[in-house]
Amino acid sequence: MSGHSTYQPNNKFLQWLETRLPIGGLIHSSFVTYPTPRNLNYWWTFGGILSFMLAVQIVTGVVLAMHYTANVDLAFKSVEMIMRDVNYGWLLRYTHASGASMFFLAVYIHMFRGIYYGSYKAPREVLWILGVIIYLLMMATGFMGYVLVWGQMSFWAATVITNLFSALPGVGETIVTWLWGGYAVGNPTLNRFFSLHYLLPFVIAGVVVLHVWALHVVGQNNPAGIEVKSAKDTVPFTPYATAKDSFAIAVFCILFAWIVFYIPNYLIHPDNYIPANPAVTPAEIVPEWYYLPFYAILRSIPDKLLGVVALFSSILILAFLPWLDTSRVRSARYRPLFKQFFWLWVIACVGLGYLGSKPPEGAYVLISRIFTAYYFGFFIIILPLLGIFEKTKPLPNSISDSVLQKA
Amino acid sequence: MTMTRTLIALSFAAGVSLAALPASAEDQPTPPRQTWSFAGPFGMYDQAQLQRGFKIYREVCSNCHSMNFLSFRNLADAGGPGFSEAQAAAVAAEYKIKDVDDKGQPVERTGRPADYFPAPFPNEAAAAAANGVAPPDMSTLAKARGYTRGFPWFIFDIFTQYQELGPDYIHAILTGYEETPKGVKLPQGGHYNKYFPGHNIAMPQPLQDGQVKYDDGTPETLDQYAKDVAAFLMWASEPKLDQRHRVGFQVIVFLIVLSGLLYFTKKKIWHEAEAPREAAHGQDPAKTSL
Repeated sequence: MSGHSTYQPNNKFLQWLETRLPIGGLIHSSFVTYPTPRNLNYWWTFGGILSFMLAVQIVTGVVLAMHYTANVDLAFKSVEMIMRDVNYGWLLRYTHASGASMFFLAVYIHMFRGIYYGSYKAPREVLWILGVIIYLLMMATGFMGYVLVWGQMSFWAATVITNLFSALPGVGETIVTWLWGGYAVGNPTLNRFFSLHYLLPFVIAGVVVLHVWALHVVGQNNPAGIEVKSAKDTVPFTPYATAKDSFAIAVFCILFAWIVFYIPNYLIHPDNYIPANPAVTPAEIVPEWYYLPFYAILRSIPDKLLGVVALFSSILILAFLPWLDTSRVRSARYRPLFKQFFWLWVIACVGLGYLGSKPPEGAYVLISRIFTAYYFGFFIIILPLLGIFEKTKPLPNSISDSVLQKA
Repeated sequence: MTMTRTLIALSFAAGVSLAALPASAEDQPTPPRQTWSFAGPFGMYDQAQLQRGFKIYREVCSNCHSMNFLSFRNLADAGGPGFSEAQAAAVAAEYKIKDVDDKGQPVERTGRPADYFPAPFPNEAAAAAANGVAPPDMSTLAKARGYTRGFPWFIFDIFTQYQELGPDYIHAILTGYEETPKGVKLPQGGHYNKYFPGHNIAMPQPLQDGQVKYDDGTPETLDQYAKDVAAFLMWASEPKLDQRHRVGFQVIVFLIVLSGLLYFTKKKIWHEAEAPREAAHGQDPAKTSL
């Protein structure tokens, strides 16, 4: 599927290099001649936006690490000193902190898009699973980064999340002690979180390379959900996708800048401006917004072990999506029933996010349970059955035909 | 179409059922919104207000509260209370700082601009013993306090840029002391405050009308004191806010121009590829060209 490389450098050095390491040809075929379906809409620009966000996080993170001190007595202070005494330290830190939220916002849109248009279906299962792995790594990285600030929410989030493993029968306590490097969240925990927080983004970058590689083998899905049949169906990556992605990234940056410069503390819990204090539990422990749906699922189950199982299943189930969805039609555009169930599922996800920020009492618990049931029901019951019973709309003959159809 | 209507109905039903849920905070009034010079995209600190707030901090708050992350030199930083370097040094010189001399003996020396504001108590236990509860450090206090906005306000706040929950809360606490209502029993050492969660605050009312002398003619009222000290604490928590708002405006303007240029670049590049689609949708490709 990779574009046929017509790369023939004029430069003598590049010619010399190309016969020894054809990296120029690789870049040329991957990012210049690579054919992209001509009907991609703006939801397809989030791959580019995500690559951009990963780069932003790594660059700001590496510079922040030059000023940060991973020690329980100094971590909070070092973050404050970055904000006060490092030149543009406030910009680095707010960019990195808000950047995590923007990264998750983009990945959620990217995932919803993948599900809506059936981008996980054959032959893109491995591509999809690599994406789920990236998402898991992002969650781990984001969580550990949040702990590094060593405010009250950092400390208690670390305590609550690591304690989830204590639900495992028999080995739970041992695993938690091993994770902590002691008998409570403390200096060894902070140090290993810092080490891993620095390591994992590069692991993410590695899996992203695999993700893009897999993408370039099977080719992009598209809003019509049908395969590319002829050259008429595609346009070359450069300049078409490059121009479109650049525009999308710039617009995304406006929102990003809005948060960084005008409401940087909107997404930071006030309690995280109080230094970590193991002796004082905050009134309520709330994770960052991007974990809230899973937090709601955890709390909607009255049993601790089953709650933890539900929490992990709710993420891991995504990896099985290519086989749970039995329909051979990819795009929701031609699946009228799927489309409705999909939007209900989006409402359940957003609703769970809201409920995760609320105390687990009264009607909140009941609604969390309904949404949790629907979240899993969508994957386990609705998707397998829909493939059998749904009457899909006729597919267009080709991508270029679908472009000419009236919306 | 039916689907769209079903979805709208469903999301509406979901919204209504969520809104109808019981509020968990009982009889907890929300702090009233105040007007702040530093609010909004062009907001900047009011130097005179920060100076008044610093005066209150110095004469009242600092008797019990530490402010560990601020040093005297910060008073002369750009975007702050606007002290000159000499004035900041003069303030520092009024403080005694515990240090060790070159023979290793503990000494008390005169403060220098690079020194941090000394804490009123040697450690947290001493602070707690003297006050019942250790008074919180004031370096990040204005960002470490707030209140729950609730749905749908938290969504509007993104667009209205409401970020001043901390100063509003501090102002509310300082002006929220009241007689303990009949039938309410506060524990030993507790004080009734309308806005404090649970109403039982350990800090006695710290400010009264006329308590701190202003020499610029500003009214010496509790309300004014509360505003001034809350603004000062906001600066202490977020000393680079002025710079952030200034750079932010430049960045946003740049990004909007860049996005505009990239949009037209994209349109130009895609023009030919889009022509068949536009024709099929009844548009004239010749007219959509740039």
